[in-house]
Amino acid sequence: MALSTIWAQKLKSFFSLIGVLIGVTFLIAVVSIVQGMNVYMEDQFANKLVGLNTFQLLRRPSIQTGDVSSEVRREWARRPLLTHADADYLSERIRTPVQFSRQCDGPVSLTRDGKVARDINFIAAEASYFGIKNYEIANGRAFTPQEVRAGVPVLVIGDLVAEKLFEGLDPVGRDVQIGGIPYRIIGVVAQQGTLFGISLDKFAVAPFTAPGRRLVCATNTIEEFNVQAANVAVMQQAMGEVETLLRARRGLRPTDPNNFHLQTAEGALEGWRKISAVLFAALPGLVAISLVVGGIVIMNIMLMAVSERTREIGVRKALGARRGDILAQFVVESATLSTVGAIFGIGLGIALAFTVRSLTPFPAAIAPWSIGVAVFLGVAVGMTAGIYPANRASRLDPIEALRAE
Amino acid sequence: MTDAVIRLEKITRHYRMGSEVVQALRGVSLSILRNEYTAIMGPSGSGKSTLMNVIGCLDTPDGGAYWLNGQEVSRMTDDALARVRNREIGFVFQTFNLLPRASALQNVELPLVYAGMPGRERRQRAESALARVGLGDRMTHRPNEMSGGQRQRVAIARALVNSPSILLADEPTGNLDSTTSEEIMRVFADLHAQGQTVIMVTHEPDIAAHAARVITLRDGMVATDVLQQSAA
Repeated sequence: MALSTIWAQKLKSFFSLIGVLIGVTFLIAVVSIVQGMNVYMEDQFANKLVGLNTFQLLRRPSIQTGDVSSEVRREWARRPLLTHADADYLSERIRTPVQFSRQCDGPVSLTRDGKVARDINFIAAEASYFGIKNYEIANGRAFTPQEVRAGVPVLVIGDLVAEKLFEGLDPVGRDVQIGGIPYRIIGVVAQQGTLFGISLDKFAVAPFTAPGRRLVCATNTIEEFNVQAANVAVMQQAMGEVETLLRARRGLRPTDPNNFHLQTAEGALEGWRKISAVLFAALPGLVAISLVVGGIVIMNIMLMAVSERTREIGVRKALGARRGDILAQFVVESATLSTVGAIFGIGLGIALAFTVRSLTPFPAAIAPWSIGVAVFLGVAVGMTAGIYPANRASRLDPIEALRAE
Repeated sequence: MTDAVIRLEKITRHYRMGSEVVQALRGVSLSILRNEYTAIMGPSGSGKSTLMNVIGCLDTPDGGAYWLNGQEVSRMTDDALARVRNREIGFVFQTFNLLPRASALQNVELPLVYAGMPGRERRQRAESALARVGLGDRMTHRPNEMSGGQRQRVAIARALVNSPSILLADEPTGNLDSTTSEEIMRVFADLHAQGQTVIMVTHEPDIAAHAARVITLRDGMVATDVLQQSAA
């Protein structure tokens, strides 16, 4: 009955639904997009850039969120460089079970038979680097600790590099040149995809002892020291240990701040978390505003319906409808109206989320709880908005109502 | 006395119209027996509409007492009156008052919905009520797909579906042409013959002539109360 009334007044119903529709669309879309961005930031951004349960020892932060004052920048510039001696010192003394790899990187060009792959991130690292980065070797193999010790010029390349230089050929066993130094390719890393539209497959990893490292690091220095633990607790422990060891080595007094930086995925995510928290904090307010507006519109539509259908109410009362029957009828109608709006809103919200998903790298996923909340809000808004008109209808005097035209 | 479906004793009812107080009923006393066919007549302003509303439990009197089927209904609450209307009274209106978007069957089912009857039984009862007024083949039609006479018969089926103590008709032929009016009067006569108590409010003497008893109101009081020999 309620549905047929709504159907009979399609246009009016549609306009009365807009408020609820917008509110719910907003709820579903924002929740799924922000959650998608969260997943993206945590899975892709932080873990691909830093690594899971991994921290990096750096001279200064490499991932910055928010503004950095020039004063802070000057302090960073005064910090001592990290050296191989620092890395050796830490490797020998760290007792927490962790994997670590020193690392230097920078852009280089790879050439082969006149073909050039420019702007490739050349990474000089240790054998454990592949484990830390969670790189799967799609073809060939990674280099070994023995090869690192011996400083063999071997190279493991990213998917895009292989495609650029070899297109179709098997790159394993072939040579490329980096800054005039020949490297033998021994492996290709499985495709990593993109981050914010930037390919993560444009890299080449070589042992840090190999001759080419001077291309990316000054003599005896390293850019970062990657440490990976089995879980977050062990990682925290290792961080504490690295901090203590390095402070002792550099002779820092307890009051001195660290003149190095320990960077984690968590830390890198902090800025994003703030943005996401603000969005989530603003969401209830925005949804509430449109739902209140939607509720008021529905209330007015229902008041109109009550006055238009006064005679019907009189007839129903004459036939034995009690006050509660009339009340229930109009509250149900109002709730149905609003729920229909919410359902359209859910549909629209899902459509929006999927549009964002297909146009951006964010894996916008529909949160089941947001659909639950949306349906609940639809019913609640409709019932609340319907109570006043329904109460008016239920209090109509049957004689007067029957006389109405 | 035991067979009186309706017993009114010194019923009074007044309205306030602006600053004026209108005495619509000034002490109406009457009894209507089971299976009586009664017409209530009177010029406009005589109080017949008010009397009908009181008899139909749509209105409560200011003074006096009203027993309907042995129940004192003059001091009941709104919800109790709704129940009485649902069980004891079948209304037939001048303008039919069918729900426009509902089918004939749904319209007839409505009183049963308010009686809380389960769906299947409701449907059966509504179907047999429609068959009783000769509309067995029009159940799924909507009011706007039917003629005036058919609409009024749907309304009569709706009034009968709860087996009420009284069938209360307010100008039942007021919106119908004379041929259709005769048709509706035959339906009333048949129902009366089957034992139904019928009360009809009208201002048309030739419609009132179908009733066995004619009560005429004037100035809120019973003027005449005549048993007619000629009636069915």
